[in-house]
Amino acid sequence: MAALSLSRLVKHFAGGVIGVDDVTLTVGDGAFTALVGPSGCGKTTILRCVAGLEEPTSGEVRIGGRDVTWLPPRDRDVAMVFQNYALYPHLTVAENIGFPLKVRKTAPVEAARRVRQAAELLEIGALLDRKPAQLSGGQRQRAALARALVREPALFLFDEPLSNLDAQVRAQTRAELVALHRRLGATMLYVTHDQVEAMTMAQSVAVMAGGRVLQEGPPMALYREPASLAVARFIGSPSINTVAGRTTGTRFEGALACDARVGACTAAVLAVRPEHLVLGPAIDASRASVVLVEPLGPESLVRLRLRSGEDLVARVPGEASCRMGDEVGVRVAPGAGLCFRAGDGARLA
Amino acid sequence: MPDRRARQALGYAAAFVLALLMVAPFLWMLSTALMDEFEVYQAPPPLLPAAPRFANFPEALTALPFTLYFRNSLILAAATVAGQVITAAMAGYAFARHRFAGRTPLFAVYLGTLMIPGIALLVPRFLIVDAMGLVDTVAGLVSVELVAAWGIFLMRQYFLSLPRDMEDAARLDGASEWQVFTRVALPLARPALATVALFAFIDAWKALLWPLIVARSPNLRVVEAGVASFHGMYYANWPWQMAAAVAALVPVLVVFLVAQKAFLRGLAFGGFK
Repeated sequence: MAALSLSRLVKHFAGGVIGVDDVTLTVGDGAFTALVGPSGCGKTTILRCVAGLEEPTSGEVRIGGRDVTWLPPRDRDVAMVFQNYALYPHLTVAENIGFPLKVRKTAPVEAARRVRQAAELLEIGALLDRKPAQLSGGQRQRAALARALVREPALFLFDEPLSNLDAQVRAQTRAELVALHRRLGATMLYVTHDQVEAMTMAQSVAVMAGGRVLQEGPPMALYREPASLAVARFIGSPSINTVAGRTTGTRFEGALACDARVGACTAAVLAVRPEHLVLGPAIDASRASVVLVEPLGPESLVRLRLRSGEDLVARVPGEASCRMGDEVGVRVAPGAGLCFRAGDGARLA
Repeated sequence: MPDRRARQALGYAAAFVLALLMVAPFLWMLSTALMDEFEVYQAPPPLLPAAPRFANFPEALTALPFTLYFRNSLILAAATVAGQVITAAMAGYAFARHRFAGRTPLFAVYLGTLMIPGIALLVPRFLIVDAMGLVDTVAGLVSVELVAAWGIFLMRQYFLSLPRDMEDAARLDGASEWQVFTRVALPLARPALATVALFAFIDAWKALLWPLIVARSPNLRVVEAGVASFHGMYYANWPWQMAAAVAALVPVLVVFLVAQKAFLRGLAFGGFK
């Protein structure tokens, strides 16, 4: 295994389109980092630059300390799992898994042993003689993973590998991938547009937008202390509530009000996680009407509309005590409001 | 519902008429091949032979050295198929997947050649082959058929329709560019390859003008030339000619029936259908 480091990576496409804009990122030896962001934010381009499938305009890619920026894919010791699996349809599962060994001229006996080992690790030992067309989505994903595992690469790259699976198989495969990472201790860079996937799987998450990394850190650090409004909005489900207003230096005043010691008087946006909205009597609180109550079992989501027109969502434990059409008071839990400067969205407090 | 059924019936009727129009010349050819030498000249010409004369087949095929002609046609067809499949696959892949200076204009030039009628190329081709000293040789016979612009076009379109991820996966798996082409791209392009091969075979098998001009000695004569030689300036033996034509058709039919499925899939991709 080996660490990956990207240094000031830039990728411009024809027509002046900026794919990656000055990205510096490190994935430690044996670490699992997720690149997350909306479509077109440059995360797959970074992955392809690391794999050698795309040449960067400038910058440096190092794997295990070795500069691989201009090396062809085959010389980088990198394996990649693609969104659509990219299995070779004319080959059996065993031939697919063994393909990297065959083109690298591994001895047939050794190759067969490693194919079987990889297949057993992913529990597809019984499917080795089938063609990809005869497999389910989950089985294809496992075959693609086995093909990546079989040659024990220095670095694993994943390009939205779960997005073609149905919800149940996706959740199961998510857990299996985490377990696999623990067992192998492999260095993994994982690209996804699904922040839940990134949060639940990776040790470190890099949120991207417009070709740049907005913030990188452990998932919960990003959730609790987002550096910008864009990160706050992208991380968390349901999305964070936002209300426009002003800071007075010690408080935020707007459709919602709360303490905010930002030391500046400026136009601002208050962001509050759904679990940090407290519902109660409408005395000394902002008033809102209940638009919808969504019971989820252990918790309920209460969708609200403030009198000023802003929509909010609150997460309450168990069953909600309010009903659709009720008038309730909404407060921000003490110390839970996050203030961002209006305009550039930079964090104030 | 009745409306839909009536439309369906009308569709089948139209398809039947079209199919009949297509198959009629072949049926007439078969019927003539079984007629008496003088029966074909009756007015009005009969649709069916009074008494089928199967002896026309052995007589026609032994009147001229057809075994030799079939062999020559087979050599021409095999070389044409091999040449066109290899060049179309390689050039089509290069045009579809590789970036190189002048790729688009060069492809336009290739496409442009499709607009030049073959007959216009006859004299320049002959002059070139003659200058190379290849007139009346097997090399001269097959030389002009080894590359087909339409085949390159078809293969390029097919490769463009294939997802790139598989080729990228192969590159990451450690495959060289040659291995990516031969082990991943080519096996995936089988339907298009079958189409190119079939068209090449049919084109070569029914070639008459070029073989007639470039191959002067009787030893290099092809089947079509043999079939045509039953038709003289003053006399034509129609039953023998048609019997030979039916025999010449058999290999094409066999090849077509064997590769029909892949052929149609390939056609649909190339937009030739």
